[in-house]
Amino acid sequence: MSTLHTVNKSPFEKSSLDACLAHAGTGANVLLLEDGVYAATTGTAVEQRMKQALDSVKLFVLGPDLMARGLAEDRVIQGITVVDYAGFVDLAAENDKVQAWL
Amino acid sequence: MSETIKQFLYLNRKAPYGTIYAWESLEVVLIGAAFDQDVSLAFVDDGVYQLTKGQDTAGIGMKNFSPTYAALGDYEVKKIFVERESLEERGLSLDDLQHLVWEDEDDDYAEKDSIKLVSREEMTAIMDDADVVFSF
Repeated sequence: MSTLHTVNKSPFEKSSLDACLAHAGTGANVLLLEDGVYAATTGTAVEQRMKQALDSVKLFVLGPDLMARGLAEDRVIQGITVVDYAGFVDLAAENDKVQAWL
Repeated sequence: MSETIKQFLYLNRKAPYGTIYAWESLEVVLIGAAFDQDVSLAFVDDGVYQLTKGQDTAGIGMKNFSPTYAALGDYEVKKIFVERESLEERGLSLDDLQHLVWEDEDDDYAEKDSIKLVSREEMTAIMDDADVVFSF
């Protein structure tokens, strides 16, 4: 039973990402989108937490939302996979359900 | 009519695109610029993300309003304060932000930097000094 978790809030403003990572089971998929993409970049106050999360979950970030915010893909933490909208659809289809963290 | 000039501070704390706050703030600043007041902009917390350069919204189907910040100088908005700690917590530096300038007509229209990097302590003083604070 696999779940795709989505986080669309900035980790600096809301606890959505923390709550998601605290509840996502081992092997779960987590997609960062909209303001959630800020958690995927290097050098931030949450970078270590993201790297720890990579030990138990797979992390994805939506590329168009990075580009909109002026964040180049080379700023993304190693181990986090950049996907486009088609990749988002694939993730949703491959998992049994989608759980949104707003 | 009163001739009193008040110090207006627009406080920006939200990232662009995820919510409408950033765009609304910019609209109010541009409208307010028509009234001869002393205007300052402050960018703290996620607000610093509004000023990143290279924003390209083609992929998300939203208007890219980031070029509008470059027009602020033409509206006599010359004081843009960015909090250093907010940038650092987000892995950003001044180089990641747009280079915003205004033209000084008293100095042969020399282009001068609008953005001033300030500490959290200095930001506290800037907020204290303002007569009116508009929060976004």
